[in-house]
Amino acid sequence: MTRTEIEQIVKEFLIEELEIEPEKITMEGRMKEDIGIDSLDMVDVAVIVDKKFGFKIQPDEMKNTVTLNDFCNYIEQKIAK
Amino acid sequence: MSNRAVITGAGIWSCLGNDLDTVCRSLYDGKSGIGLSPERLQYGYQSGLLGIVEQPVITKQMLDRHTRVGMPEHTQYAYMAARQAFAQANIDNDYLAQNECGCIFGSDSSAKPVIETYKTMEAEHDTAMLGYGMVFQSMNSTVTMNLSTIFHLRGINFTVSAACASGSHSIGLGYMMIRQGLQDIVLCGGAQETNQYSVASFDALGVFSARMDEPQKASRPFDRDRDGLVPSGGAAAIVLEEYEHAINRGAKILAEVVGYGFSGNGAEISKPSDQGCVVAMSRALKDAQLNPADIDYINAHATSTPQGDMYEAMAIDQLFGGCKTLVSSTKSMTGHECWMAGASEIVYSLLMMQHNFVAPNINLENPDEYSAKINLTAQTVETKVDTVLSNSFGFGGTNSALVIKKI
Repeated sequence: MTRTEIEQIVKEFLIEELEIEPEKITMEGRMKEDIGIDSLDMVDVAVIVDKKFGFKIQPDEMKNTVTLNDFCNYIEQKIAK
Repeated sequence: MSNRAVITGAGIWSCLGNDLDTVCRSLYDGKSGIGLSPERLQYGYQSGLLGIVEQPVITKQMLDRHTRVGMPEHTQYAYMAARQAFAQANIDNDYLAQNECGCIFGSDSSAKPVIETYKTMEAEHDTAMLGYGMVFQSMNSTVTMNLSTIFHLRGINFTVSAACASGSHSIGLGYMMIRQGLQDIVLCGGAQETNQYSVASFDALGVFSARMDEPQKASRPFDRDRDGLVPSGGAAAIVLEEYEHAINRGAKILAEVVGYGFSGNGAEISKPSDQGCVVAMSRALKDAQLNPADIDYINAHATSTPQGDMYEAMAIDQLFGGCKTLVSSTKSMTGHECWMAGASEIVYSLLMMQHNFVAPNINLENPDEYSAKINLTAQTVETKVDTVLSNSFGFGGTNSALVIKKI
């Protein structure tokens, strides 16, 4: 899976499943403050990531994930392993 | 002197329609909402009969995602009914932000989310795969926890679980809250899921009608050839309000709740009792300070089961035999709306009261020896309906009776 494909999948589920306005979604945007993904959303994001990318998010691995770009980096690293 | 509790709004989402006008027409026309579900038969039910209830479409413009993901099927029905009830009562979000309102609903299961949780856990063995909404969907109080959040209700807030009398007790308890001066407004009602998981265990008891070749004739309360109930569902809601409060607000008063009676059979878990019914009805009449002859119409609990209808007919005959009060069971059209029934039947009775008719007990072709003794009507009767007694009886011997009166 290419980086572009990862970003595409993430953007799609943020819009379709989390109902986030497309204009709010930028790779540089902070997930919580700018895009509006709160801790409750993250519970559902964990389920979606497992289904779409085949791994389980470990909360301690997400500590330094601030922007959407960080999040896509995290996914990229996990699926590369 | 205790306070008076009046009804200032009503809402309905049922197999007879999704708004008061449509439901009123269905009741007047004696239109059945029953159909057949091949999916239920395929799933393993003995009977595929059920009330056909439309699934609400709740958009993101109506409610945000966080809220929607915590709402199971019956909470969605309850939300749609509550919106109607508040709208009719002329209560909007601004009003609710400024004023305290309670919320008591009847509901006794949330089967689908519980089963889906189980399925996910069996497959994944990881609670992280359950997502955010399941906890709020699967608890028995899902209806009241969701409605109180959505409408910002800050008064009394709980769910009544009392089998098929749940909806009726919810109104009885709301009435008591207002009568005691503890609340000015309480949203009351009942909600019942219709998914295939919801009543599989009922089907196991063989209590559902097997008349699958004639779905709309299957629910036939009090008829000699009845062979069981037809499960149904949806939600009903009413706005109960203290009389002076309603007057001062300029609200239109639809009716007054004047009596609530209850009893427990204290006997077998699934066997009804005529004396339990008599005690509940007698208490409701005493509370209302009315005599049997003062009641214009009895909305019977009768579900179309051989035993239940017989015991209720005996009880009605014991109390009302002398005055031949008009009786019908709207379950002949709706099927048995279970946890919702006690509330929906108050809404159906309100509609009859407002439009001066008694809805028919359809499919009553031949009464049996017990139902022949009471004044059942198989046809719509155009008549003034000022006082109604509505019965609800449930498994475990929980009985509830409400009296409402036009003012």
